[in-house]
Amino acid sequence: MDTQTLTETETNTRKMTGAEIVIAALREQGVDTMFGYPGGAVLPIYDALYAQDAIRHVLVRHEQGAGHAAEGYARSTGKCGVALVTSGPGATNMVTPITDAMMDSIPMVVITGQVPTHLIGTDAFQECDTVGITRCCAKHNYLVTDVEDLARTIHEAFLIATSGRPGPVVIDIPKDVQFSTGTYIGKEGVYKPTYQPKTAPSKHAIKDALELMKVARRPVFYTGGGVVNSGPEASKLLRELQAATGFPVTSTLMGLGAFPASHDDWLGMVGMHGAYEANHAMHDCDLMICVGARFDDRVTGRISGFSPGSKKIHIDIDPSSINKIIRVDVPIVADCKEALKALLDGWKKSKTKTPDLADWKAQIDTWRERDCFAYPANDGSIRPQYAVERLYELTKDRDTYISTEVGQHQMWAAQHYHFEEPNRWMTSGGLGTMGYGLPAAVGIQAAHPDSLVIDIAGEASVQMVMQEVSTAVQHKLPIKVFILNNEWMGMVRQWQELLHGERYSHSYSESLPDFVKLAEAYGAHGIQCSDPAELDDRIREMIDHPGPVVFDCLVTKAENCFPMIPSGAAHNEMLLGSISGDEISEEGRKLV
Amino acid sequence: MSQEPIPASAYDMDHEEEVEERRTLAVLVDNEPGVLGRVVGLFSARGYNIESLTVAEVDRSKRRSRITIVTTGTAHMLEQIEAQLLRLVPVAAVVDITKSKRGIERELALVKVAGKNEKRVEALRIAEIFRARVIDTTNESFIFEITGASDKIDQFTELMEPLGLKEVSRTGVLSIRRGKDAG
Repeated sequence: MDTQTLTETETNTRKMTGAEIVIAALREQGVDTMFGYPGGAVLPIYDALYAQDAIRHVLVRHEQGAGHAAEGYARSTGKCGVALVTSGPGATNMVTPITDAMMDSIPMVVITGQVPTHLIGTDAFQECDTVGITRCCAKHNYLVTDVEDLARTIHEAFLIATSGRPGPVVIDIPKDVQFSTGTYIGKEGVYKPTYQPKTAPSKHAIKDALELMKVARRPVFYTGGGVVNSGPEASKLLRELQAATGFPVTSTLMGLGAFPASHDDWLGMVGMHGAYEANHAMHDCDLMICVGARFDDRVTGRISGFSPGSKKIHIDIDPSSINKIIRVDVPIVADCKEALKALLDGWKKSKTKTPDLADWKAQIDTWRERDCFAYPANDGSIRPQYAVERLYELTKDRDTYISTEVGQHQMWAAQHYHFEEPNRWMTSGGLGTMGYGLPAAVGIQAAHPDSLVIDIAGEASVQMVMQEVSTAVQHKLPIKVFILNNEWMGMVRQWQELLHGERYSHSYSESLPDFVKLAEAYGAHGIQCSDPAELDDRIREMIDHPGPVVFDCLVTKAENCFPMIPSGAAHNEMLLGSISGDEISEEGRKLV
Repeated sequence: MSQEPIPASAYDMDHEEEVEERRTLAVLVDNEPGVLGRVVGLFSARGYNIESLTVAEVDRSKRRSRITIVTTGTAHMLEQIEAQLLRLVPVAAVVDITKSKRGIERELALVKVAGKNEKRVEALRIAEIFRARVIDTTNESFIFEITGASDKIDQFTELMEPLGLKEVSRTGVLSIRRGKDAG
């Protein structure tokens, strides 16, 4: 049948093949783009894709790329990302993106082909136990053995992926189920009785939170990815609540952009490589209002030294996040936007005047004066921080999306690129997946064809997924891969310097490719720059080039990422690095 | 939280971390493929203990199964176990039977004892005291069926040990709460 005649509102039942059901269900769910790689066990679905053009399929070069592209698509649009891969190696290659999406709460539906039902369990060619393998790394998963269950399962998967705390859902579909004929049912009325996430805050909790907020003298908002996941409305409400209260705001890596970096009360990012003022504010505050963050170990540092004098309010849609790491005084289990709305309404209704926070803000200003992100001037070579700073200055007035790989460049990007809006910053926070940024940029660009999409990369990370440049070229996705090339796995090298007696075991990237030639080999444009004086012009050349660009930015090789809270230290025990005048003794270095 | 007075800080709250408690949890789940794997996988992935586990469908029309898990952990860990179980999509409810203080626990065991003469008589006599039924017998052996709280079964098998205990098969703990309400 012609799936294109099925309108989105049409919910009556129809007979079609399993493969056609997949396409019809995706269309009804509003999917316009998916990322995938064909193989034996998904050929019927690819056949159904061939017969339509409502859904754009972006062919990647490795299944992991499809997963990260779907994540980038999801995180930059707020919609559900979709990936389609085959059985066996197709499915196992998806395990990393599925886990990544789980850790960072990214809504994603992954459809995997499976060997025909009668071959399941026989160690058939390209068979693997996909539901078994993904059970512990997905929010939920299904093996659909009856075509009559297929449509309902797909709708249920979208419901689960996108509601509550979002996450990845895997649907494993045996090849015979794709071929057989079944009934299509619409998404209307599909629900899962055992799955009822709570989104409205309890009135008691809101009342208790407001009482603490009224008397706080050293308050801080500690916001996270949950604010971004909750949608643009949550960011708007956060800004309104901040305006009403005057409380300063810090954010996790995942939450950057929910609050504007240009705001006077913005403290910068919190955590291991966060701002001095943000970490000290977290340590010394008397009230911490955690909104959609989860007290990750990269944020808290040593638990026993974490913000010892504060009362804590924790807004989270996932009850298991409450009291998991840090005990809190007022838990609020709710969707961020609903909790923020309730707090804002309550604050306004009680006509609380903006508290006098002058002393607190004066204290924060003294921390700010430390200028923790300062770095040495370029001495012939480009400092990586300088490269990010120039990239920011030259792209900030454009419609720009940033993704990153994982490592030093990721932290420099978080420190020196500043975000005013949510959904503009895509990075692998929880899992820390090297190789996330390039395919994520592919997904972002597919969703925003006219925007400027830049993957701030490291030369080590990007080589894990380099082949996806070919995807960008094929699909005319003009992504810019901006490599901070220091010829080291920089973060590994930094830890070896600080913690392992400068024994640089296997962290030097030998035999690096010529990235310019490599770009050209793929049909992209290559740029190399090593001179600080030329950097601006070359960045402009990158921006102005209409197609994909690989920018090989040769930077100072042994630069370390500071400030830094060493593992096991508290927020007020930051290393600032040499530039800010802190002398870290040899003894001290060994202790961290 | 709102009912209790709020301490000066969460750090002033009593930490019962050090004390390990034994808890019986009733986990009501949709009886769908892999659901037991999800529950068991959660326990191993997060380092929780399982001392006993039973599972069976209890409501055919709703396809509901009841998993009874006996676990041990600190108060903090037990709170997390409950919250993490509820995160699983097919989990409908988690009831902490121990905490409710109205729980009844039972276990069924099949106990094989082989012996002759006085030992055989003595085994039968003890079985009567424990209200164990004989469900199979040969000239030299009995199989007893015994129901009761776990410690009663422990005691029974201990007494049978010198009388020729050969084999024990136990169901694991089942539990339900007293009173008219479900769950």
